[in-house]
Amino acid sequence: MDFSDTPAEATFRAEARAWLEANQPTEEELAGLGELEQAKLWQKRKFDAGWACIRWPKEYGGRGASAIEQVIWNQEEARSGTTFGVFGIGQGMAAPTMMAWATEEQKREHLPPLASGEHIWCQLFSEPAGGSDLAALRTRAVKDGDEWVINGQKIWTTGAHFSDYAILVLRTDPNVPKHKGLTYFFVDMKSPGIEVKPIKQISGDSGFNEVYFTDVRVSDAQRLGAVGQGWQVAITTLMNERAAIGGGGGGAGFRQLFDLAQRVQIDDRPAIEDRSVRAKLANWYVQEAGLRYTGYRSLSALSRGEIPGPENSIGKYVGAAKGQDMASFAMDLLETSGAITDPEFTDAAGLFQAAYMGAPGGRIAGGTDEIMLNILAERVLGLPQDVRVDKGIPFNEVPTGAS
Amino acid sequence: MNFEFSEEQNLLREQAAGFLGENCPPSAVRAILEGDAPYDADLWRQIAELGWTATTIPEAHGGLGLSYLELCVIAEELGRAVAPVPFSSSVYLATEALLLAGSEAQKEAWLPKLADGSAIGTFALSEGPGQASPRSLTTNASGGELNGTKLPVADGDVADFAVVVAKSDAGDGASLHLVPLDGGGVSRQTVETLDPTRSHAKIDLDGADAEPLGADGEGWALTQRLLDRAAVLFAWEQVGGSNAALEQAKEYAMGRYTFGRPIAGHQAIKHKLANIYVKNTLARSNCYYGAWALSTDAPELPLAAATARVAAIQAYYFASKENIQTHGGMGFTWEFDCQFHYRRAKLLSVNIGSEGVWQNRLISAIEHGKAA
Repeated sequence: MDFSDTPAEATFRAEARAWLEANQPTEEELAGLGELEQAKLWQKRKFDAGWACIRWPKEYGGRGASAIEQVIWNQEEARSGTTFGVFGIGQGMAAPTMMAWATEEQKREHLPPLASGEHIWCQLFSEPAGGSDLAALRTRAVKDGDEWVINGQKIWTTGAHFSDYAILVLRTDPNVPKHKGLTYFFVDMKSPGIEVKPIKQISGDSGFNEVYFTDVRVSDAQRLGAVGQGWQVAITTLMNERAAIGGGGGGAGFRQLFDLAQRVQIDDRPAIEDRSVRAKLANWYVQEAGLRYTGYRSLSALSRGEIPGPENSIGKYVGAAKGQDMASFAMDLLETSGAITDPEFTDAAGLFQAAYMGAPGGRIAGGTDEIMLNILAERVLGLPQDVRVDKGIPFNEVPTGAS
Repeated sequence: MNFEFSEEQNLLREQAAGFLGENCPPSAVRAILEGDAPYDADLWRQIAELGWTATTIPEAHGGLGLSYLELCVIAEELGRAVAPVPFSSSVYLATEALLLAGSEAQKEAWLPKLADGSAIGTFALSEGPGQASPRSLTTNASGGELNGTKLPVADGDVADFAVVVAKSDAGDGASLHLVPLDGGGVSRQTVETLDPTRSHAKIDLDGADAEPLGADGEGWALTQRLLDRAAVLFAWEQVGGSNAALEQAKEYAMGRYTFGRPIAGHQAIKHKLANIYVKNTLARSNCYYGAWALSTDAPELPLAAATARVAAIQAYYFASKENIQTHGGMGFTWEFDCQFHYRRAKLLSVNIGSEGVWQNRLISAIEHGKAA
């Protein structure tokens, strides 16, 4: 066991740091660009220098780096302060699924533009009637020659409004039990018949969307896995999703809260001197560090080429709730001013207020807290599955609510 | 970077688990809980024969000279077994204090005996309710003699010597003393505690023979360093206990039926057990970092130790109490073994500084500049 760099790792870290320092986008370069354009500029620059998606094989646009090198790169990129989230779903979830299930030709065609930021992908899984019970999704795909015709509706699709491609799970056979009638595809988001409608969130933002399909045609060549194997392919995506959402730092983390506790006062003393404040901060540090080292430990599995296991559900489950509680407590420390979101008067650019309003979504996206606990209980601890009254029943005979 | 124990260390873990499974089953723990013996002397002798007490003692002093990673592995297994032996007092505290501050003569006198288990040492800080500090201490030294009362002292009734923290007018306000407990001026009284599987005593020092351990006026700084090191080892014991409690809860929940199926299939129980698993995993991962910091004496040790200790206190408390609840009424009976963990969890959480003390140390470590 050794948490410090080997000489080779130290060399790699120095190289990464030097490149990051020398290649930060300047303010002039970023001026006038929207967040998406800024993100694409930075991603392209990394790609051109061989620093994008570094764990991927070189032929797919990566660097062929090791899992440890990926961690070092992530640490250094986070340290540099220049990170963008828009590529996370494509690179973190669609790409691993493509790598596991697409043809060689498809990988060579689609992975490099994912790495370079030229293409953004989204994930069309959830539906109005298929959330926690994802396999209850209803959007239909019907075979027509070499194509499939898609009709139905997806929901909660992050980034659908600026995505070029999507991965999606569809019902291809309603006459068999629900998990058996699913098939997995990828689709060009500019296909005729796809309509994207933003959803306004409680935060006021519109990060995700409803996506409607009306007679959308997709080639059978864009099927990933066999007909009826969609659930198994989806598991590849979901395991990577939990690792990706859980692993994400940034935003209102321990460091930001620690800084705040040094700046504000309780009983005319810095809040950080208050024992109850210290206890709370310590607990969140314990969680943050625990997640960090849990991530490191899972690297050994990744190094052996395994896909992230169900134990990664911990990251998302603990991390999302922690973020919510920390944001709430930060606002308490600000006292009456904690409520201010007005950019002219708010503290820390409204970081904590934004985190507070965004946090409920984090506890739902990628599987609710309760779904995460079920995964841990069933797949890690080996406890019995929930009673399922729809088990073994053809999907089209399963009772539903209003529909 | 490498975040796993080595093959040899994992082999040691298997051997330790196998040995304790055979020689420290729940019936052995219960025998100490219900009987008059202060600890399992037979088990202690076997543990010493295996060399566990000698793990980190240098070969020159009769030890094995292994790393702290090996000791962490052993600590976890002892915690899992709720072993009724004075291992933590003698190894994590007394041995460590000698390694940290002992003179060559003191090391020569005691380390070989600690290594082969023929001597038991302990550490005496507490003087009654509340957190001890140089200002609160009343035990004091004059002319090579100690006066004062230490209460409670883990294994104080069975130890051969104690490392005693006393008040000092010099330096940081404290000094450490090595006190043979069978010598003149020492009287001991066994004190009942929440966890009778670990013996405790009140030690009265009335002109007790003592020799200084380390420099006068550096006792408080030495104590803090000692506690940082011990905290990692205690945390591994706690993590071992937490995991055992989870396994106990799971086993019962799989076999106990209500409403026509195992209670382990009901979400209320599934989620309870999953939450125990989450806390255990966070604690274990923090313990990995603590083990590394301890084994390399890294500058991050104070932060790593506090993080591991806070996580482990919380995990063991949670696992031990929810294990009882999972068992329902049976978990509350004397006959069931759930009580072992519930008792041990609290004992381990108060005996080298409570959760609040270590939360405070954690934040202090960050304030003192070790990167968050």
